[in-house]
Amino acid sequence: MKIIKSGHVVEDQWVHLDDESTLQPGTMATVSLDRLEALTDEERQIPTSLGVRIRPGEDVNRLNNHIKRITLVVLAMNPFTDGRSFSQARILREQLGFQGEIRASGDFLRDQMYYLHRLGVDSFEFAEGTDLNDRLKAFTEFTVTYQAAQDEPQPLFRRRG
Amino acid sequence: MYQYDHHDQTIVNERAAQFRDQTRRFLAGELTEDQYRPLRLMNGLYIQRHAPMLRVAIPYGLLSSTQMRMFAHIARTFDRGYGHFTTRQNIQYNWPQLEQVPDILDCLASVQMHAIQTSGNCIRNTTSDHLAGVAADELEDPRPYCEIIRQWSTLHPEFAFLPRKFKIAVSGAERDRAATQVHDIGLQLVKNAEGRVGFEVLVGGGLGRTPIIGVVIRPFLEKEDLISYLEAILRVYNQLGRRDNKYKARIKILVKETGAEAFTRLVEEEWGLIRSSLKLDAQEIERVSKDFKTRQYAKLPATNAQVESLLTSDKEFAAWHRRNTVDHKSTGYRAVFISLKPHGKAPGDMTDTQMDAIAEIADRYSFGEIRVTHTQNLVLADVEAQKLPELWRELASLELATANVGTATDMITCPGLDFCSLANAASIPVANGIQSLFEDMDYLYDLGEIRINISGCMNGCGHHTVGHIGILGVDKKGEEWYQITLGGSSANEASLGERLGPSVARDEVTGVMEKIFLTFKELREGEESFLETVRRTGIEPFQERVYENH
Repeated sequence: MKIIKSGHVVEDQWVHLDDESTLQPGTMATVSLDRLEALTDEERQIPTSLGVRIRPGEDVNRLNNHIKRITLVVLAMNPFTDGRSFSQARILREQLGFQGEIRASGDFLRDQMYYLHRLGVDSFEFAEGTDLNDRLKAFTEFTVTYQAAQDEPQPLFRRRG
Repeated sequence: MYQYDHHDQTIVNERAAQFRDQTRRFLAGELTEDQYRPLRLMNGLYIQRHAPMLRVAIPYGLLSSTQMRMFAHIARTFDRGYGHFTTRQNIQYNWPQLEQVPDILDCLASVQMHAIQTSGNCIRNTTSDHLAGVAADELEDPRPYCEIIRQWSTLHPEFAFLPRKFKIAVSGAERDRAATQVHDIGLQLVKNAEGRVGFEVLVGGGLGRTPIIGVVIRPFLEKEDLISYLEAILRVYNQLGRRDNKYKARIKILVKETGAEAFTRLVEEEWGLIRSSLKLDAQEIERVSKDFKTRQYAKLPATNAQVESLLTSDKEFAAWHRRNTVDHKSTGYRAVFISLKPHGKAPGDMTDTQMDAIAEIADRYSFGEIRVTHTQNLVLADVEAQKLPELWRELASLELATANVGTATDMITCPGLDFCSLANAASIPVANGIQSLFEDMDYLYDLGEIRINISGCMNGCGHHTVGHIGILGVDKKGEEWYQITLGGSSANEASLGERLGPSVARDEVTGVMEKIFLTFKELREGEESFLETVRRTGIEPFQERVYENH
């Protein structure tokens, strides 16, 4: 399946495991936050790329002890009007220092992608059949921002001139 | 006033273009109604009873004459020749066509205006004191901070989808004219023990279904920490505010359910993490502030013979002078209220002709600026006292000199059932009914200062809970009934009104008000205001009179 990553349409390598599935060596797999916390020491040693899926109501600070082991955090947005995912992205980047991939998936609008991108979300996964090239327009609608964020380290008041 | 540079201008231009495309996608079926709704709301567009309603921001209530002329142009070209000023320093147009709203936003952008975040679950227009910068009781002008907050909150990436709407008000004077205690965040400029000026921070006030007075969570905040502290409050709210029930989603409920102390701790913890990275530069405060310090006041005498003589010879001028003008910090100037409450008209409404005329008057009398008050009137803030007689005559010829500011007929009134799809009952006809009691203006002046606020439903857009007399429209088996409260106030000693008794039918409201006024006249001691009397006597004597035959 194709996704948008770092501003380009690319093929996605990740699989999303339910809580009953087992981790397979050599794969790229996401698990739920509960499952991540329940992984045994042996499971943690399996050579996989590991990702986690976070729902809007889950405390993203629970990832604090896992931040070095995981390379992808999927923000499972639903419904699109629930803005908690926006704070989750910001906390992941600015407070937990997460440097891997943050992905928006689930229910969100093209019109939210720019904000998510500003907060450090770098990939976007849509329902099958979505016109991804159309979605790419979301990143170019604004050329000026007031606030500092992941895409712009200084607020506008330090950049005026 | 604040002047956009090319950065600010680009943002409103690009926002207007974005909304044009969103509307095109909606009309083409690419966005569902559910998907389009929050997008249009964040550009001030509601779907109302008769037509869409567009709410335009007047940041902290300040307008240039050029902007006022654009309001007139929009009213004439896209609406039915009028606009409605609201309680939160916005203007609403009740009859635009959806397809034309992008064009209206382009018109607004051309005069440094917008409708960004005037609705929706996001940070709304920041409001302030309508006498900011000219009030004699002011510690510091709050408007530069309002503008800094406007910029910080505009298209803030993290806080566009909050649990519910979020309103901030800032006051810099001793007397709170910005209702800071009934806002999600109220900021009051204060001086600390060392003589530095900063902010007292209140959180969790609000009207609506669950009216609550805000609580102080930080007695003193340094100016440089303004943005980081706001951001900390918003982040705590965005994560923990309730999303399961829209009637419990405002920050006031979170503060109440968490407890003020525990809530404060959460904010302070979050603040500790971000404080150093979000400092506000002194240069930025200075840059924004200088746009508000452009006045060159003339050296004028404190009194003027012509004005003094007219005050004794013309009773109507004297009444207008007393009710509709107030002291100015600069000698020889006064601030003039333009009443948008002529008896028998919709409170807060203004025609395109009146708007154009006021723009022109502002150019001649008041440095080309106009303010909008949260009580739905306008202010010309910098008028030379010696020019008051001629200004008064000009305003009178426009039907804009009704000498009733602060009196019983200067009511705050929501649009009510006549326009609003949320309302249970009419508001405007009820206001007009009360106004009809005052054919004799001396009776009105005799009652002194009374704030009467009318809402057509419990969402409380007419701020009924903080009216000295509050009137709330309720639906009773398909009929319009009204609950009356006494003793509310949104000023310094803020309080919520107490319910007088069972609701009354629509055709009884005017009669009940007459009884309340009569009771007040009997109970009043000396020059007491209505609110002072109610606070002294309690509501019982009013209850006895109103319900004596029930």
